[in-house]
Amino acid sequence: MHSIKKVIGKIEFGILAPQEIRKMSAAEITVPDTYDDDGYPIDGGLMDKRLGVIDPGLRCETCGARAGECPGHFGHIELARPVIHVGFAKTLFRVLQSTCRECGRILLTDEEIEEYMHKFEFAEGRRSEINRLIKEIHKKVKERKTCPHCGAPQFPIKFEKPTIYWETRIDEEGNEYKHRMMPSEVRDRLEKIPDKDLSLLGFHPENSRPEWMVLTVLPVPPVTTRPSITLENGVRAEDDLTHKLVDIIRINNRLKTNIEAGAPQLIIEDLWDLLQYHVTTYINNETSGVPAAKHKSGRPLKTLSQRLKGKEGRFRGNLSGKRVNFSARTVISPDPMISINEVGVPLAIAMELTIPEKVTEFNMEKLKKLISNGPDKYPGANYVIDPEGRRIRIMETNRETVLEMLDIGWTVERHLMDGDIVLFNRQPSLHRMSIMAHRVRVMPYKTFRLNLSVCPPYNADFDGDEMNLHVPQTEEAQAEARILMEVQNHIISPRYGGPLIGGIQDHISGGYLLTREGAYFTRLEVEQMLMFAGVDVDELPEPDRVEKGVEFWSGKTIFSLLLPKDLTIWYENKVGCKDKEKCEKLKKAIEEKLVLSDEEIRELSDDGFVYIRNGKLLSGVIDKKAYGREDGRLLDLIVKEYGTERGKQFLNQVTKLAIWVITHKGFTTAIDDEDLPQDAIERIREIIREAENNVNRLIQAYEMGELDAHPGKTLEETLESLIMQKLAEARDQAGDIASQYLGMGNHAVIMAKTGARGKILNITQMAAMLGQQSIRGKRLYRGYRGRVTTHFKPNDLGAEAKGFVVNSYKSGLTPTEYFFHAMGGREGLVDTAVRTAQSGYMQRRLINALQDLKVDYDGTVRDPSGIIVQFRYGEDGVDPMKSWGGKTLNVDRVIVRTLLKMRGE
Amino acid sequence: MAAKRKFNIFDHELVPEHRILSDEEKAELLKKYNIKLSQLPQIKASDPAVEELGAKPGDIIEIKRKSPTAGIYYYYRIVVED
Ligand SMILES: [Mg+2]
Ligand SMILES: [Zn+2]
Ligand SMILES: [Zn+2]
Repeated sequence: MHSIKKVIGKIEFGILAPQEIRKMSAAEITVPDTYDDDGYPIDGGLMDKRLGVIDPGLRCETCGARAGECPGHFGHIELARPVIHVGFAKTLFRVLQSTCRECGRILLTDEEIEEYMHKFEFAEGRRSEINRLIKEIHKKVKERKTCPHCGAPQFPIKFEKPTIYWETRIDEEGNEYKHRMMPSEVRDRLEKIPDKDLSLLGFHPENSRPEWMVLTVLPVPPVTTRPSITLENGVRAEDDLTHKLVDIIRINNRLKTNIEAGAPQLIIEDLWDLLQYHVTTYINNETSGVPAAKHKSGRPLKTLSQRLKGKEGRFRGNLSGKRVNFSARTVISPDPMISINEVGVPLAIAMELTIPEKVTEFNMEKLKKLISNGPDKYPGANYVIDPEGRRIRIMETNRETVLEMLDIGWTVERHLMDGDIVLFNRQPSLHRMSIMAHRVRVMPYKTFRLNLSVCPPYNADFDGDEMNLHVPQTEEAQAEARILMEVQNHIISPRYGGPLIGGIQDHISGGYLLTREGAYFTRLEVEQMLMFAGVDVDELPEPDRVEKGVEFWSGKTIFSLLLPKDLTIWYENKVGCKDKEKCEKLKKAIEEKLVLSDEEIRELSDDGFVYIRNGKLLSGVIDKKAYGREDGRLLDLIVKEYGTERGKQFLNQVTKLAIWVITHKGFTTAIDDEDLPQDAIERIREIIREAENNVNRLIQAYEMGELDAHPGKTLEETLESLIMQKLAEARDQAGDIASQYLGMGNHAVIMAKTGARGKILNITQMAAMLGQQSIRGKRLYRGYRGRVTTHFKPNDLGAEAKGFVVNSYKSGLTPTEYFFHAMGGREGLVDTAVRTAQSGYMQRRLINALQDLKVDYDGTVRDPSGIIVQFRYGEDGVDPMKSWGGKTLNVDRVIVRTLLKMRGE
Repeated sequence: MAAKRKFNIFDHELVPEHRILSDEEKAELLKKYNIKLSQLPQIKASDPAVEELGAKPGDIIEIKRKSPTAGIYYYYRIVVED
């Protein structure tokens, strides 16, 4: 490691003075050309050897170094006439308006100058305050008609974008006329402004005089900044900047000869404007009001501003983020068979990415084998590094010599192999869990494979998403990734202290099918599912039932095999209790005795209430509340009490077990899941009729003036809210009727009730009715005058006219209903688009502000210079990821565990 | 600046307790966190609480805050010129 030799104390920004440009210039450039016919740089041309060299073999005439060593040197162009710098055109306008056209003083009285000087001192360099003062001065001064210092009359100045200034003068007869101020005139005026007035205009007189904003000399960047490239056909292609500089020099030379020849003013001004155009586009080729300079192909030139600006620009594209080695990117696809902390890596990628492995006496044989396999046979190696640090590519020709030379102390860059640690990432990387460490599993085909349980933290799906993979190269980096970044360390989210990674969709439905009351499996099935899930049991427990000599195990018994042997927990699950009283009794009994007798369990057990005692599932069905995201109580407990490794094992096994069950039982949802019997449909129709009648009665009452306004609302608002209320009631009632007829035999209902996918509302909308469509929480009203579409009478306040959809997705929407539904749906789309844009910007601002803060070893939060931000992290020093819902300790858990131990259970 | 206030701001329930540290406490604090004065968070001399206490630039103010996570949390700020 290098020690820091010098520390940057401060950086000062300023504008280059013409003298400075000349001083730093290695050559004046006058020839609008680059190379001669032999491909040799022309003297005084844009590739002049004094500006540095890029061709191998040539030497720089300024520093004597060869290409690659010479950093390049600036040159300059002497402009025949001054031109405005576009980037400063607005500033110049302000300065012109603020100063006297005769004496150059700022148009403030001496007293005002005194006053503002004082205020500036008081601002003490606070940028926002200074900017406010400058704005204030400008506003005050630009209306002044005479100079307070010399008494000269002032004329209003107009600024025509991008670089033209007009002065509205008055001639002897009192007629107004417009005078165009050429850059030379502008410059003359600015030169007259005394240094002492400049600070009031926001200038630092030593670092930046305003007249330097009008260019008389143009710096020519070094050749190394704009290298030419040779195409396949041997033709030299110049950089866009060079093209632009050629244009500038050509016009400059023409202007110079015309001036010297005494050409008419009109021609000179035309050329002068042309020079202005070229310099403007050289600085910024996206100036509004200026046609962009283009290639012959029609592609706009990429000039100075374009190099810096935007996402691909120097700042965001090359300094804030850059391309890296040892990384790969490809499409992702799912693989339920690999562990949550594994990633499937295509063979082709595994053979390209390498890990440097130091040769020791223990791995010598293995590495020699890899080297003899070479780069084209897996598992092989691509490079070796000798003790002096020289990299040698392994090839057919040198393989034998490399093998002979290889010794302890060498390093072999071997192919990626199973078990290697890599970082896996999906953009946008919005939180810590967007980059996690995985173990490599080399696989055939061309996609990265990942376990479905890690889709939520990455927010990944498989509709074409791509992800990135990085290979840590040093032992330190690998150890760090292993300890801090591996997937199992992120099962618990730091945001809410519960699991972020858990079973999803089929994992939940499968868990329900496995553990629900009446689910029994034969020996063959049990053995198969345990084998599939990778559960290692020496002996199956006693069968729960034997019928005609056939043994049966309940799903609950099988599920219990995955649990830690001393785990105890009880909770009401997502499916919930049908008989609230019975569940309450069960809960009371557990809380009182902790250990219930078999009879008590038989009597009180309910699929809606989970009771696990010492690793045995005695009551309740397994659903999202067990190992789902966000509210997986069981998974949460296992991770916190038995560690992340056990949590990973449990999740791997339980998801596979669920998948086995769901594939072997069969689980589909189709349109007949939304079938309702005729009398249900009748009842729903009745509810709709009732609702429409209610709405009509409300409207009548409103029209008769019998309606009383609610407090804080107008009469119309009251009516609206009453109608909305009635219609919402109607949909809820319809939903209730639908769910009365659809039970747990219905797969859509299973998914909704267990939390696997969808809500009961979705089933209601499919089977019963869609209900009220809304925009911004209001019934639909926009469109034509007094109505949404022309299918209705103006000012119709009825349910149907304002977006109440009585049909269901299954029964089919009428054309007007369909349009209403599209209106409501559009709002959601617009909302998400706007939200992502806004939150993205907020995120970037926050990250910029917080990125360098860290928790120190003494528990304080500090910035890089050691300034304390918090005296204790989060005020209590607790890592939310390792806490019990934000608390360091869960006393209830401690009591339960102690009690169970005391009772010898 | 030091015009008479009609009420004591510390009587307001949203204003946490402020206290000037003694020289010994100051030295102890700096030692505890191994910091220089410039590494402390700052508070302006014109801050109403600081004016009320009559603290001078260079003093360290201890602020006893209510915290949703820790119950009570002490924060320290160095008084700086306005
Ligand atoms: Mg996608
Ligand atoms: Zn050089
Ligand atoms: Zn004047």
